[in-house]
Formats: sequence, structure tokens, C-alpha cells
Amino acid sequence: MATLNIEIDGKALQVESGKTIMDAANAAGITIPHFCYHKKLSIAANCRMCLVQVEKAPKPLPACATPVTDGMKVYTRSEYAIKAQKAVMEFLLINHPLDCPICDQGGECTLQDLAVGYGASSSRYQEVKRVVRDKNLGPLIATDMTRCIHCSRCVRFGQEIAGIMELGMAGRGEHTEVMSFLESQVASELSGNVIDLCPVGALTSKPFRYSARSWELSRRPSISPHDSLGSNLEVHVKDNKVMRVVPRENEDVNECWLADRDRFSYQGLNTPERLTQPMLKHDGQWVETTWQEALEFVAGKLKSLPADRIGALSTPYRPAEELYLLQKLMRGMGSGNVDHRLRQSDFSLDDHAQGGFWLGMPVTYMSRLNRMLVVGSNLRKDHPLMAHRIRESVRWYGELNLINAADDEFLGKVHAKRIVAPSQLAAALAGVCLALAELKNQPVPAIAAPYLAAGSVADDTAKKMAASISSGETRAVFLGNMAQHHPSYAQIHALAQEVAKLAGASFGVLGEAANSVGAVVVGAVPHRGALGQAAIKGLNARQMLAQPLSAYLLLGVEAELDTHDPVTAMASINAADFVVVMSPYKGKSLDYADVLLPIAPWTETSGTFINTEGRVQSFAAVVKPLGETRPAWKVLRVLGNLLGLSGFEHNDSQEVLREALGDTPTGNVQGFLSNEVSGVAAIPPQAIDGLERVAEVPIYQTDAVVRRAPALQMTRDAALPVARMHGSLIEKLGLAENGRVSVRQTASALTLKVERDDLLPETCVRVPAGHPLTAGLGPMFGPITAEPA
Amino acid sequence: MSLLKPTPKVCSWTREFDNPGSLATYVANGGYQALRRVVTEKVPGDAIIAELKTSALRGRGGAGFPTGLKWSFMPRAFAGDKYIVCNSDEGEPGTFKDRDILRYNPHQLIEGMAIAGYVLGARVGYNYIHGEIWDCYEIFEAALKEAREAGYLGDNLFGTDFCFQLHAHHGYGAYICGEETALLESIEGKKGQPRFKPPFPASFGLYGKPTTINNTETLASVPWIVQHGGQAFLELGKPNNGGAKLFSVSGHVNRPGNYEVPLGTPFAELLAMAGGVRNGRKLKAVIPGGSSAPVLPGSIMMDCTMDFDSIAKAGSMLGSGAVIVMDETVCMVRALERLSYFYFEESCGQCTPCREGTGWMYRIIHRIEHGQGRAEDLDLLNSVAGGIGGHTICALGDAAAMPVQSFLKHFGDEFAYHVEHKRCMV
Repeated sequence: MATLNIEIDGKALQVESGKTIMDAANAAGITIPHFCYHKKLSIAANCRMCLVQVEKAPKPLPACATPVTDGMKVYTRSEYAIKAQKAVMEFLLINHPLDCPICDQGGECTLQDLAVGYGASSSRYQEVKRVVRDKNLGPLIATDMTRCIHCSRCVRFGQEIAGIMELGMAGRGEHTEVMSFLESQVASELSGNVIDLCPVGALTSKPFRYSARSWELSRRPSISPHDSLGSNLEVHVKDNKVMRVVPRENEDVNECWLADRDRFSYQGLNTPERLTQPMLKHDGQWVETTWQEALEFVAGKLKSLPADRIGALSTPYRPAEELYLLQKLMRGMGSGNVDHRLRQSDFSLDDHAQGGFWLGMPVTYMSRLNRMLVVGSNLRKDHPLMAHRIRESVRWYGELNLINAADDEFLGKVHAKRIVAPSQLAAALAGVCLALAELKNQPVPAIAAPYLAAGSVADDTAKKMAASISSGETRAVFLGNMAQHHPSYAQIHALAQEVAKLAGASFGVLGEAANSVGAVVVGAVPHRGALGQAAIKGLNARQMLAQPLSAYLLLGVEAELDTHDPVTAMASINAADFVVVMSPYKGKSLDYADVLLPIAPWTETSGTFINTEGRVQSFAAVVKPLGETRPAWKVLRVLGNLLGLSGFEHNDSQEVLREALGDTPTGNVQGFLSNEVSGVAAIPPQAIDGLERVAEVPIYQTDAVVRRAPALQMTRDAALPVARMHGSLIEKLGLAENGRVSVRQTASALTLKVERDDLLPETCVRVPAGHPLTAGLGPMFGPITAEPA
Repeated sequence: MSLLKPTPKVCSWTREFDNPGSLATYVANGGYQALRRVVTEKVPGDAIIAELKTSALRGRGGAGFPTGLKWSFMPRAFAGDKYIVCNSDEGEPGTFKDRDILRYNPHQLIEGMAIAGYVLGARVGYNYIHGEIWDCYEIFEAALKEAREAGYLGDNLFGTDFCFQLHAHHGYGAYICGEETALLESIEGKKGQPRFKPPFPASFGLYGKPTTINNTETLASVPWIVQHGGQAFLELGKPNNGGAKLFSVSGHVNRPGNYEVPLGTPFAELLAMAGGVRNGRKLKAVIPGGSSAPVLPGSIMMDCTMDFDSIAKAGSMLGSGAVIVMDETVCMVRALERLSYFYFEESCGQCTPCREGTGWMYRIIHRIEHGQGRAEDLDLLNSVAGGIGGHTICALGDAAAMPVQSFLKHFGDEFAYHVEHKRCMV
């Protein structure tokens, strides 16, 4: 790239060719007023606010759209430039309402700010102002369309980032309006970003509406507790209450975006369902008690039981410090019964994995991959912003190949895809492996050999995928949540590893939750301790829940929703003598717990999440704990003391982290992460005769906080579960589209609405898991029956 | 007259025949000979561009950009798809010349586009026809069919490896789609809104490919130039203003219509051809180049010749050659109100000054016309027009501002009278 010499406002600058005046000014710290320009969006040049004077140009030029040329002299604040900018400001203001005092954008409004510098104190416009009808864009985005200045950022966001054009500019001239198609709601899982993008108060946050003024809010940094990206957040607090969440820019993680789940889940913090006082069950009645009494009771009870009859389970959404102390407590008592992989069903890799599974690359690499194969993932809903990065790769002519059990819309070009029943997933992957071996003239890997022996050959789709992922410069194979929950996870993981090796691709596991990586790193697994050190071994999550133990210690777990097989899990928990639930919420645990301990959600405690790329992100509490709530790491520390265990003397959470990960956490974590497995025996999954279940955890049912966020629960993604099946299956079973069906797995039957989805394999019934309505059904995979209700 | 002989009628010569638009008439009089010669003799594209430069053919759509120069911007060596697009989106008030070419001489346009395709290396062309002249679209489609069947369009023309497909595409009548990049958006099936430039269509045009866009009359002039040489065309007109041009004379004349005269013809002569001002009234004002050109008082116009340079010197633009004649009975406030309404109505709404400013200007003028003007309105109007002009993505903003500024400049007293007396001067 050639370097050009230019001058802006008399300042000599060196700029790469191809950059615009706006880029050059931004780099030099020169502010040029603008509305439509946004560094992450395409250039529209429609607001005209950034008009500047360029020497020899016959008219003012938009800084955002004008490339620099050698010797260019730019004046951003000359009389000529200011005159043009003021003219534009006057036009922007003539039809803009003067309702700043009641506008939520007030105080953080680009138009308001720039009007101070470029607007006149009174208007020369004497005519009637334009009024635009407000649109209903759904439960998340409030509209005041009269305020719109037509910058088109929201429209471009949909087209370019979210991947779906849900908003458009209809009409012409001054009748132009931003609207959705035929009054439909904006349903993208990234929709909330248009609130940040809107430079005026036309699009604002509906849940936050009229609840605070921006200058009353304290802005405190935090980390998202939901998906495994670990989006950086800014939590806005007023009167010790979380009022809203906005993105904190971090180019390496979430850029300037936030998924709706990260943005609106805070509503789940301020619900009446919060547990604010330790509680004990006396003769079937719940009574409030003190921490002292509650913890002494728990310690006494635990001491009386054999350690190997106690099971400790946590969700992967809890901070690393808590997970570390939980496993330390269990191992201190002499048991290795600790796990966080509640939705996993195949744990056989525990004997074969060298390190902790992770993304296999920095998150930023996902934006510039040439070739991708993603196995068993509902990308958009499981990892909204990582899906955006993959879309970016696809936009840069990358090829995305998918193997999955459901054909969920990716909103980007898919090179090749194979949609098969879950029991066929491993075989589909083996097909790609065989095709690759043939293509590369390599021997068939042992893990894929049985498929060849069984007469399986690579078909055209497998060959197309093989050719794709072995070409290009940057290649990656990823395993999604569905692959990790699969009953043959070990086979799938080992096959994917061989595919990646044959293709020369990097291999990654898309972490399921905010701390999926962190939990493994700190040893909240039954087969090893922190950073893979040898430790007392014990039962894994499935084993702990398959047969009742005497006692369960549940950290943030809502067992009826968070587990692979809620029916078996609940049977075991109900049969246990003693169940301690540590949770910010009461929930269903009122039915099955013996002790309820109120622990802090992520906003009320310090802690650390380790994201899927191994990034160690610590955060501080942003508000004081509600009522008698305590940070869980403190609760576990005291419990350790009461149990007479040594090594529970930490003064703060950072001390816990240092103990778990050493003085150089990032390096130690990176050193421990590996997706390499060895010695996995080839055991092709059993074919399932008849119908099988396809289950995904809906995006707004993943964890306890999201489940209680009212606005998110009103979105289309949170609609009531239905049974989806192929049209031919509906016909074969004698069902009616949109009629009722009775589905049954291991336990009781459940009646659901039938919805036709011809993109599903013909032998599958898709019923979401993790939802209160479907909790009584059975495991996430396996045989299912369906008959007319 | 015919294409065989150099005549002063470049585009309208077929009008003398019974079936002016038919292939038979066109071919019998020398039509498609230029294309045949160029293609079969493999005349180098550079030679044709040189002829165009010699001819001083300037764009007939309004901007008057030298056609030879425009064609030389096209990356002809670019190996991928390239396009030639004809802008028949004739929507400017006062302009009605291109529709007559489509009606009475469509094959000369087809031939011109095929030659352009040959020179510029485009295998596909589009003719974008204004949505409000549906009959012309149908006539042109019929001409395309004739040309395809006769082997003047299609693959391997005249037994060579030159292939050229030409398609007609009609818009729905939006004025903005006459702006070349809005036109491209519209062909692509998107909302007709101008793109910002750079990049220019020559490097990033239709479907992101190199594209040359010319006006109907411009492209229809090409076969004439190829047939008779650039020098002959230049000599028709005057230096830097080659050839003859169609002028759409409308308004208060006795015989409104299209008149093709050599560039450099005195306005008085053109006015006489159109039968003079109606009822022998006095000439008050003329808009010499379509509604977006600044208005000129009749006295200034009577001293002008009809060519790009003379009109520009007088302070206006030859534009598309739409001559709107106004006699002494015209209320200039009412006339400007009408014009302003057009630009208000046709603004695409994409960029701020035009979206907000055109409506503001119209409302002020509307107020003045209806006796509610205020003393400060004339300054305000000038200021608003100044705030739009030069600040927008495309030229529509300028087109809306220029009439306002010129009406106030030349007829400011009429506006002041309206404001003061709440009624019209004339």
C-alpha cells in the first residue's frame, strides 16, 4: 500500500492509499461531525453532516466517502466547511421534534450534541413539522419514528451484520420511513444493536424506556454470563439497581456489538423470584433462617454422609472461582463427584482428552476463514456473535459447510450441507473423512474404518465438502453444542479431529456456555483437577444423576431444565436424602431442596469467566447483593471452614483465581487447552429403529437469568415449544399440520402442536429441550414416539 | 434524407418516411451499414473513439459530457462482464425528444448501442425506458424483435465472433431513475436511489461491473458519426459543440414539438421554426434546457445561439435541449411553485438537504403564491436553495435549487410584489 501525504486542518498526515478523509481524521484525532457513517457499516454518505472543504474541489465533499489523494488539503473547520455543515444541521432539525426532555436518547444523542455546535438557537422553519407513525418492532425496540433522521444505519446493520434485512426505507422524499416489512417484528437475535446505532431517539430500548436518564447512571464494566464468547459489557446502574446493559467495545471479542441475550437478560436480575434469605425446610415447610444456622446445618449434614454419596453439580454459567472452590470442597471431603457438563451424555472422552476443549483459535480468526465445516450447531442461536463472524468470513468469499440434524437458517451462503438424523451424524462426518482420505490419497483413519467396512462410501455432498475444506488458505472444523450433547460425542469428536487433520484445518469446539472452558480449567470435572492436575476422581454428571445419591449440592442448577435427561435427573434428586440448592432464584427447587442458599448473580459478585478461546476475563460486582445474598465463592469458603477443611482462607476472589490458575492465568490456561484426543475406539452409533428426537435448547432458555427476563420471553425465539416434523411424517402418522400430537419418550406423554418443517430429516421429531413445557419428556436424544392426540 | 448521405438531421431523418420506425425503412436508407462495416472489418475501437472525440459529440442527456472521453474511461481490456446502458428515462419536465427517437427511429439507437458494445467490449446492453411512456417501450421491444430476427442482435453477428444482446427495461416513472446510478440500482431490482461517486460506473457500474451509460440521442448519433466521420459531424455544429440536436420546444409557442437543428443555431431561428410566441405576445422568459436549468429572461435568450457554450455563457445550461417558452402572461411565482413541487415530489429522500430542503422551498413558494408570503421569505428561499446546492449525493438537489435561485435573480421583483400585495403582478 502506498503512503500518501495529506494535510487536514494544517496538520500534515501520512495515510495509506484507499483510506477516506474520515479514516485519516479519526486516526489523527480530528473529529468530523457525522451521523450515517459507522466504522462497521458500509458507507452511505447520506446524512451529509461530514461535508468538508477540499482544496481544488468545486464543492464540499463528504469526508466519509472521499478517498484521500496525494497532496490533498482538507479543511474541516473552515468557514466554507462549517457553512455546509450548518446548512445540513438546519435541514436535519427542521422536521425533528423538540422533545428532548422526554426522549430516552437525551443526554447521549448525537443529534443533540452536534446541534449544540452546529445548530441555530431558533428555527427558521415556520411550517408544520412532519409526524411519522410509530412502528411496533417487538418487545425489545421502542420506536419514535418522528425523530428519525434517515441515516439508514439500522437498515444497513440488518443487511450487513445481522444478515437479514428486517428494516427498510419505504417511501420517497420526505415521506421516507424506516419500517419493517408488513408490520412484522424485528426478530434477529442481534436486533438490540440498532438501539446503539440509532444516532437519535427513533429506536430506543423498550425495557429501559422512561426508567432513568442517561446522566443518572453509573457505568460499570462487566462480562456477559451467557454464551461462550464472553462479550464485554457496560452495566448501567442507578440506586443499586441494574437499569440496562450496553456493549463495551472490544475488537477482539464482541467488537462493538451485543447479542440480545447479553443485552436484555439483566431484566431477570430484578424479579420477585429472587431468593434473598437462606431458607431451611422444616417438616415440609420453608422457614427463613440466618447464614450461620443454614451453613452449620449443611456442614453437619454433609459430614454425616460418606463423601462418595454426595454429588456436586454446577451450571457452566457460574464464575471460575466458585467452580474451583466447589471441586476443592468436594475433593477436600474425599470425593471427586463434581461436574458442570449437565447436558452432556457421552463422557468417554474423559479418558482420552489431553487438555481442555476450546475454540482452537482466537475468536478474531473466525471473521477471516476461507473454509469452514461446522458439525451439530445451531450457530445463530447458540453463538449469535460468533455466527456473525462466520457470516463475515462467508461474505469474504469463505465457504461454509454444515452437518447438522436441523436445517436452521444461517442467513448467509452455505456451500454444502448435510441434514441427517442425530443417529446418522457420525456417519455423515465419517463420509467426509472417507472422501478426504481418497482426495488426499491417505489411508482411511481407524476411527472411520468401520463405516467403510459397512459399505459406506463418500457421496457427492461428502466429496464437495472434502474438496472445500481442504482448499483455501485458512480452514477450520468446529463442533457445536448439539455435537457435544450427542450420545456419541466421543466418536464425533474423534472423527472431526481426523477430518481436520486430513484437511490441514484447525479444529475447535464451540463452548456451550460462558464458563464451559473455565469450568474444565479449574477442575470442576470428575477426572482431573485444576489445569489438568491429578486429583481424586469421581462420578460424572450423568453417573451422579443416573442413580440417586444421598445428597446433592447444586450450584445454580435448575435440574429440571439444565440437564440432558431431566426425567432421570429429577427422579434421582427427589429420591436423595439431602439437597442443597445454591441459587439466586427460588424456582422449582422449592419442591425438591432441603436448604436454599441465596448466591449472587454475576452482577453482585466478582469473578472470572474464561471464554471459548481461553481468554481469562475477570469482573467486579456492579451492584450490592440483594438482601442476604452472598457471593458463592464466600459461601463455599465458609462451608469449607465449617467442614474443617484446610485451604479455605481466601480474602478475595482474585486470590481464589491465583490459587487455581497460578500467577500467569492466561499462559497457564492456554498451555492446558487442547482438543487432541487419542485412542478412541471406533464404535459406530447404533441405528435407531423408528423416530428419534432432535432437541435444541432455545436461545432464551439457556440459563436461569435469561429464563426470567420478561422482554426476551416475549420474542419469537421464546415461543412455546412445538413438535416439528417433515410433511411426509405428518402424513404417515395421520397427523394434521398445526393440529395436536402426543409425543412420548421415557416418561409421560406430552401433547404439542404439530408444525411442518420439511427441512428436517423424515425420521425426526424436533422438540426443544430446556423448556418447562418439555422438561417431563426425557433425554435430548434417542427414540421418541408420536401419535395423534 | 437518409443515413447514406450526411444530412443535418442526425436522429430525426426517418420522420420523412411512411413507416419511420420500421426496420425496412431504416435498412433501405443505409441503416446497420456502420455496424456491419465496423464488425466485419474489425475496425479498432480506438479508431471509433478517436472519431467520437473529433466529432465533439457531447452527452445529450443534460450534462453535455464529451462522449468520446466517457468511452475512453471504460476499462476495455477488463476480461469480465461489462455493460452498455442507454438512459431513456426521459422524465425531466419539458423534455420529450428521446421518446420520439424510440418511436420513429429505434433501430438507429439499437445500432448505436451495438457499436458501443463492440467498441467497449460489452456483450450485453440495457435500454432503460421511462415508465410513463409505455407505448415507446412496446415499440422498442418490437424493434428489438425485428433486429434479433434480422441478425443485427444476438450471437456471432455477421458471421464474426462478436455477440451482443440488448434488452429493454422499463422503470415506473420515478424522475430520480434518470440519474445514472439510480438507474443502475433500478435495473438491479433495487429502490432507485443514486449511489455516491466515486466509484464511477466505468469501474463499478451495473452489478458492480464496468458500465458505460449514455443518453438515447447520444447513442443514436453514433451510427451517423461512424458512417460519415467525426469531422462531418463536427462541421454540422460548431467547435466543441458537434452535430445537430433535438430541441423539445414547449410552452407558449404556436407549434410546440421536436426540432432537430445544428448546434449553434440562433434561438430566434428555433423560435421561428416553432411558430413564434403564441398569439403574437411578448417573450418573457425561457428555460433553455429542461426544468432544472436556470431560467433566462427572453431578452438574453434572443441573443443566444443554441449550443452548450453559448447558453452556459448566458448563465444557464443547454441541458437536455428542452426549451420551455413563457410569454408575458406567465406568473413567475406560480411557475416556480409548479417546478418546486416537482422536485419536492421527486426527491428520493436519501440525503438530507434534498429530502428536507425541497419540501421547505416548495412550502415557502406556495405560501408566497397564496398571498401569505413574508418579507424575509426571499432571503430565506435563497438561503435554503444555497444550503441544498452542492451538498447532495446527486444532481437532483442542484436541479431543485437552480430554478429557485434563477427565478429570484431574474424575476425577484415579481416575488417581492407577491409578498407585498398578496397578489400577482401580471
